Amino acid sequence: MKNEIVLEGVAVSPGIAIGKVFRYNKEDFWIEERTISEDEVKDEVERFLAAVNQIRDEIKETQERLKFKLGKEEARILDAHRMMLEDQVVIDETVVRIREERKNAAFAFFRTLRKVVKALKPLEDNYLKEKLADVRDIGRRVFFRLYGKEHPTLRDLQSPVVVVSHALSPFDVTHMRRENVLGFVTDIGGRTSHVAIIARAMEIPAVVGLETASSQVSPDDMLIVDGNRGIVYVNPDEAILQQYQQEERKLLQREETLKALRGLPAVTQDGKRVDISANIELPEEVDKALAHGAQGIGLFRTEFLYLLGGTPPSEDEQFEIYNEIAQKTAPYPTIIRTLDLGGDKLPGFAPPVPEANPFLGWRAIRVSLALKDLFKVQLRAVLRASVGGNVQLMFPMISGLEELVEAKEVLKEVKEELRQKQIPFDEQIKVGAMIEVPAAVMVAEHLAGEVDFFSIGTNDLIQYAVAADRGNEKIAYLFEPLHPGVLRLIKLTIDAGHRRGIWVGMCGEMSADPLATIPLLGFGLDEFSMSPVVLPQIKNIIRSVTLKEAQVIAEQILQMKSAREIREFLQGKVDERLCDISVPPSRRRSQL
Amino acid sequence: MFEKTVTIKNQLGLHARPAALLVKTAERFKSTIFLIRDDLEVNAKSIMGVMMLAAEMGSQFTIRAEGEDEKQAVEAIICVIEDKFYEE
Repeated sequence: MKNEIVLEGVAVSPGIAIGKVFRYNKEDFWIEERTISEDEVKDEVERFLAAVNQIRDEIKETQERLKFKLGKEEARILDAHRMMLEDQVVIDETVVRIREERKNAAFAFFRTLRKVVKALKPLEDNYLKEKLADVRDIGRRVFFRLYGKEHPTLRDLQSPVVVVSHALSPFDVTHMRRENVLGFVTDIGGRTSHVAIIARAMEIPAVVGLETASSQVSPDDMLIVDGNRGIVYVNPDEAILQQYQQEERKLLQREETLKALRGLPAVTQDGKRVDISANIELPEEVDKALAHGAQGIGLFRTEFLYLLGGTPPSEDEQFEIYNEIAQKTAPYPTIIRTLDLGGDKLPGFAPPVPEANPFLGWRAIRVSLALKDLFKVQLRAVLRASVGGNVQLMFPMISGLEELVEAKEVLKEVKEELRQKQIPFDEQIKVGAMIEVPAAVMVAEHLAGEVDFFSIGTNDLIQYAVAADRGNEKIAYLFEPLHPGVLRLIKLTIDAGHRRGIWVGMCGEMSADPLATIPLLGFGLDEFSMSPVVLPQIKNIIRSVTLKEAQVIAEQILQMKSAREIREFLQGKVDERLCDISVPPSRRRSQL
Repeated sequence: MFEKTVTIKNQLGLHARPAALLVKTAERFKSTIFLIRDDLEVNAKSIMGVMMLAAEMGSQFTIRAEGEDEKQAVEAIICVIEDKFYEE
């Protein structure tokens, strides 16, 4: 009987994997120190620079493969490798060592990197630990190249195994076959590390940050990877094994139930139908959204496009992404929100004076209207993508009529430019406004006359309405979606939209709050857009009530004076009516 | 030469994306830019250097730039830092 060990780490990708260990060790090797003759210097420098160039190409190629395998954004996890490899200071220092100290290239590079490694090594910080692994990875690649050796990969896996390693780099998984990997277990890493991103994108259960796992398992060990709880069992006893096999079956069953629900409409018992759509950030999330039963993308955030590279994304880059999402989502709608960032975050723009109140500052539509060229690039990309699917456009942070009119004016100009160039787009493209500024709520009826729909952004609406920064923990208790004032703002918005004949949706986190679903339905909300994972649960609630009941409940809570009273009342209603729906006592509210 | 001393305000220190963001910001300027803390002096245009500084991180360091756009460079980097970087 082998020793049973239980290891606890960080759960980064859900699911359960049961299988045999594959220890993925990256062999270490000796870097010899050699003094070279003056004649060799030139060649040695060239050899080093050539190796760097080859690795750079390798990174590019790997990025292409990852793009294909995981998606464009996931491929960017190699950007850090690229920056490190191209670090001019490191390259210069290595060249100096070759030239002046007359050392062989591998040793010169090793010495240069060792300084960085030494500085990072004693740290407990998870992020830097991972960067350290990246530095080593880069070093190893260059060394292998200099010695003319082949770098090991996971491509040779023949049967399904659980991969256990100290760290995993994006290179390691590029050639891997998905069906041969049951789970990932690593010593280092956290929720945002490479392996976590890759595992989630490929839906491979993973536990990381186990510290010593790679040295505690042997090749023949049996492992259970519990990617939900962050636990790894090495050689589990029969009882635990059975328990997990059962859980694995249950998960499969739940997936089936979810699938069954996927095709069903979000319709109340008395036949009122609403739209349920998903908030996403990456094109790869579309599949997941649809698999969870989304009937469209209610919010595609475009910020990430602007935060990653050194320059704002080009029209073609944006078009490619918008088009991909629109095509995948069609015939359902894809609502693309224009840039919703602080202007200071934009690459390539001189930083303005630091703002004391960034949330009340130069951001979102205000930036777009100030930087019209940048805005137009995005609008052109959205319009071009509108041919490929049901694309709709949404402007964030509208505070009054003038802004909306001005944004529409720019849109008109862009449309005209496209017409002149005979570039096709959907002439009837629907345009909406996000309602997240309290003053906009008060003039919602005027705004409704200008757009085809509203989408309520509750995260900002709440923080502006109660004057509490949602990121400040001291006052987090004030950030309360069920505040009677907030509920009234929402109702006013819905009523104003309906009076002018447009639909009103919600893409803030409140639409994913099971306690809020019934009142929102009662207020007449037409669309609920949320993170894909919570979608089935909200759909379930909608399908379990009648619109009439919801309206009565909505009416009742509007008579109540405090959020606490409302919360208790709704909790009671949910408890008494929805036996199989669990509402967590206090939902974590992260940023939208 | 132009220099200023700053205090890191974000919880993560100079890690993660901030280090890359800082380097990318520095690269936009012609001046040579150094980040200095105690006896460690690193080139702000070097990701490895900034990572080493991150490893040494306390709360304060000096940004020193020299060149035609030295003042803008220092201010830009301060901006990146004082905005508490961009934390998810």
